[in-house]
Amino acid sequence: MLEVTGLNGWYGPAHILFDVDLTVGPGEVVALLGRNGAGKSTTFRAVVGLLAKRSGRVRFAGRDISDLPTHDIARAGLGYVPEDRRIFTELTVAENLEVGRQPARAGAATWTPERLFELFPNLGAMRTRPGGRMSGGEQQMLTIARTLMGNPKLVLLDEPSEGLAPKIVEEMATAILAMKGEGVSVVLSEQNLHFARLISDRAIIIERGRVRFDGTMAELEARPEVRDAYLAV
Amino acid sequence: MSFLLVQFLTGLAGACSLFLVASGLSIIFGVTRIVNFAHGAFYMAGAYVAYSLTTRFSGGLGFWGGLVAAALVVAALGALIEIVLLRRIYHAPELFQLLATFGVTLIFQDLSVMIWGPEDLVGRRAPGLQGAVDVFGQAVPLYDLFLIVLGPTVLGLLWLLFHRTRFGILVRAATQDRDMVAALGVNQKWLFTAVFGLGIFLAALGGALQLPRDAVSHTMDLRIIVEVFVVVVVGGLGSVTGAFVAALLVSELNAFGILVLPQISLVLVFAVMAVVLVVRPFGLFGKAEGPARPAVAATIRPWRVFGPRERLAVAAAVGLAALLPLVAGNYLLAVAAELLIFALFAASLQFLMSTGGLVSFGHAAYFGLGGYGAAFASKAFGLPMAGAVAAGIGLAATGAALFGWFCVRLSGVYFAMLTLAFAQIAWSVAFQWTAVTGGDNGLLGIWPPAWASSPRVFYLVALAAAVAGIAALRILVFSPFGYGLRAVRDSTLRAESIGLDRIRMQWAAFTLAGAVAGLAGALFAFLKGSVFPDNLGIPLSVDGLVMVLLGGVETVSGAVVGALVFRTLTILLMSYTDASKLVLGLLIVVLVVAFPRGIVGSLSEFLARRQDRAATARAGALKPAE
Repeated sequence: MLEVTGLNGWYGPAHILFDVDLTVGPGEVVALLGRNGAGKSTTFRAVVGLLAKRSGRVRFAGRDISDLPTHDIARAGLGYVPEDRRIFTELTVAENLEVGRQPARAGAATWTPERLFELFPNLGAMRTRPGGRMSGGEQQMLTIARTLMGNPKLVLLDEPSEGLAPKIVEEMATAILAMKGEGVSVVLSEQNLHFARLISDRAIIIERGRVRFDGTMAELEARPEVRDAYLAV
Repeated sequence: MSFLLVQFLTGLAGACSLFLVASGLSIIFGVTRIVNFAHGAFYMAGAYVAYSLTTRFSGGLGFWGGLVAAALVVAALGALIEIVLLRRIYHAPELFQLLATFGVTLIFQDLSVMIWGPEDLVGRRAPGLQGAVDVFGQAVPLYDLFLIVLGPTVLGLLWLLFHRTRFGILVRAATQDRDMVAALGVNQKWLFTAVFGLGIFLAALGGALQLPRDAVSHTMDLRIIVEVFVVVVVGGLGSVTGAFVAALLVSELNAFGILVLPQISLVLVFAVMAVVLVVRPFGLFGKAEGPARPAVAATIRPWRVFGPRERLAVAAAVGLAALLPLVAGNYLLAVAAELLIFALFAASLQFLMSTGGLVSFGHAAYFGLGGYGAAFASKAFGLPMAGAVAAGIGLAATGAALFGWFCVRLSGVYFAMLTLAFAQIAWSVAFQWTAVTGGDNGLLGIWPPAWASSPRVFYLVALAAAVAGIAALRILVFSPFGYGLRAVRDSTLRAESIGLDRIRMQWAAFTLAGAVAGLAGALFAFLKGSVFPDNLGIPLSVDGLVMVLLGGVETVSGAVVGALVFRTLTILLMSYTDASKLVLGLLIVVLVVAFPRGIVGSLSEFLARRQDRAATARAGALKPAE
C-alpha cells in the first residue's frame, strides 16, 4: 500500500530524517514509535509533501507520489491527520467535514457524515457547533472524521492519543479498529506504547531521524532491550 | 433637517462602491495573505471597460449587461495576473507582494491613458433610473436609491456564497489554514485564482457602477485605494461584514465632513481611523494576525563592519566624488547633487526597513515635511540655509514622531497601510491648505545663500550631508541600539524578555529615519528652489522603496547604489519615453520576481560564492586524492 524508501528531510539547514524506509500493507495498522523529537511528525509531513526540502521515493497504491503536490497526494487516497489537530475553528462540525469531502474511490470505503456520526456519536450531537468551541477530544475525533470524508485508503495519524483523557483514548482505539475493519490502512505515530500495543499489528521505532527497529508487535515484546534503548524516558 | 437626511442618503449611496471594492480586497487578503495594492487599478479598469461597452451597446440590456460584462472581463484579467505574477510570490516577504501589485497599478495607469486617452470620460445614465424622487422636498437621484439597496444585497449574496456553497466553505477554511486544506485534497492554486478573480470582480463592478455618478479618469485608482485601505483597516482585514460597516462609516464621514471641514475633509476620516487603530489595532471586526513575515530574510552571511580594504574603497569613492566639480558642468553637478540627496533619502528608508524591520509605504512624508519646514523657516522667518535645514529636520522628526507613535503599534501589512494613509494625510494637508502651503502651486524662491549658490559649492554641501548622514546611519546599525533593533525585529518575544522595549525602540528608529529623510528633503528644497505637494506624495514613497529593493534590501549599503541607479534611470526615462510609469511598473515586477536580492545583494552573493569555491578548491588541492 505505502512504500517509503530512502526518505531524507530537512528543516531549513537542519537535516532531520536520514534514509527512512517503511512499508505498510493493505488493512494494516502500523505504529511509528519514538521519543519526542525523534522525527515521527517530520516523517509524516515529508510523506504528504508538506516539508519544503526532502528526498527519497514514496510509492502509494502502485504509483510514485514522491513529486506530487500535497493536494494530489490526498486525492490519491492518502489521508493525513496532523498532530495539532488544526480544526477550522470558524467552521461548524458539518462544514469541517465538507472541506474534507472527496468523490467515492474504487477499492476504498465510502464515508458520509451519517456514517461518521455513527462512529463518533459525540460529533453527531453538535453538527452546527463551531470547531473552536469543542473540547480537545471532540476536536481530535473531528479531525479524523474530516480526513475520512476523503475516503482514504490509508491514514497517517499523528499522535492521536496525545493529551486526551483515558476514556477518550479508549474511544479513539475503538474508532481506529473500526477504520481497520473497513479496510483502511493506518500509520499512527505514538509515544504511548500501551495505546499502540492495543491496536497495532506492527511497530517501527525511529530515533534521531533513523529507523532503529521494524517488526511485529510480538517481536518488539520479545526484545525489551530495544524498548529500553529507544522508548524509555 | 431634510438636507441632512439627503446628505445621509448620499453617504449611503457612496458606501456601495466602496464596500464592493473593500470587500474584494478583504476576501483576497483573507485567503492569499496578499494586500492587493493593484485593487484600485482593477476598479478603474472596471469603469473604463464599462464605459466602452455601454457606449457600444445601446438599450437597457446594453447598459446593465455592459456593467456586468465589464466586471467579468476585468475579473478574467485579474485571474490571469494571479496565475502569471502572484503565484510566483506567495511565499515572498510582504514588501515584495505590495511592491509587485503596486507595479501593476503603474502599468495600468499608463495603459489606460494609452487606450482611453488622458481626458475624463462621462458615461451613460442608467436606463430606467435617470430621474429623481422627492424626499422631504429634496431631490434624491433614483440611481442613488438603487445603490443603497444594492450594497446590503451584495453583502447578503456574499454571506450565502460563503455559508451555503462548497466553494465558500473552502474559502473560509483556507482563510484559516491553507496547508490543512491542501492536505484534505483541495487544489490551493485554483482556489486562490478563483478567490482573486472574485475579489477583482467585486472591485471592477464597484468601478463600473460609478459610471452614472462620476466621470471616469485615470487618477481614480489611487483615490479609491487610499479610501479602501482606510475601510479595511477600520473594518478589519479579512472581514466582509467589517468592510460593510466601515464603508458606511467612512462614506458618511465623507458626506458630513464636507459640511464641517470642507478644506480638509480627509483629515476627519483619518482621525477616526487613528482612534479605531489605537483602541482595536486589528480593526472593528478583525482578528489578531500571526507574526509578520520579515522583509529581511535570515541571511546566512551576517552584516559586518567594513574592514580596512572596504574603508579604503569607500574613502576613495568619496574622494573621487569630491573631485567631480573639477570636470563636470553645472547641469551635471545639479543632477549629481540630486542623486546624492536621494541616496540619503533611500538610506534612511533602508535603515527603517532592514535594521528596524518596518516597511513604510509613506516615507516620502518626512522628505516632504523636511522640505516644507525648510521653506517656512527661510520664507516666513528669514532663517539662513543652515537654520532652515535644521528647521526642516525638526519638522520631519516631529511629524515622524507623531505618526510613528500610531504606526509602531502595528506590524506587517497594517503598518504599511497606516504609514501610507498618514503620508496621504500629509499630502492632502499640503495640497488643500492653500493659505499656508500654497497648495498645488507650492512654495517658490527657496534659494541657498550667495556662498552656496553655485552648483559646485551646493554639490559639495550635498555630498558632505549625504556622507555624514549615511555614515551616521551605518554607525547606528552596528551600535547597541542597532543590535537591539535587530533583536526586536527578529524575535520580539525574546528581545522583550531580556528587557528591550519594542515599541519605544521602533518609535525611536521611525523618528530617526524621518529626521534623516527630512535632511534630504530640506536639501532638495534648496536644490530646486521650491517645494510641492509631490515631495510627500505616495509615488515618491514608492520610488524610495524601489531604490532600496533595486540596491538590495538585505544589505546595509544597497540603498546608495539603488538610489544612484534608479534616479539616473528615471531621469533618462523621463527624457526618452512618455510611458515612464509603464516602464517603471514593469521594472518593479521583474525585480521582485527575478532579482529579489537587488544589485548589491546579488553581487555580494556572487562574490561570496566565488570565494567559497576558491577556498574549497584550495582545501581539495591539499588533500590527497581519494
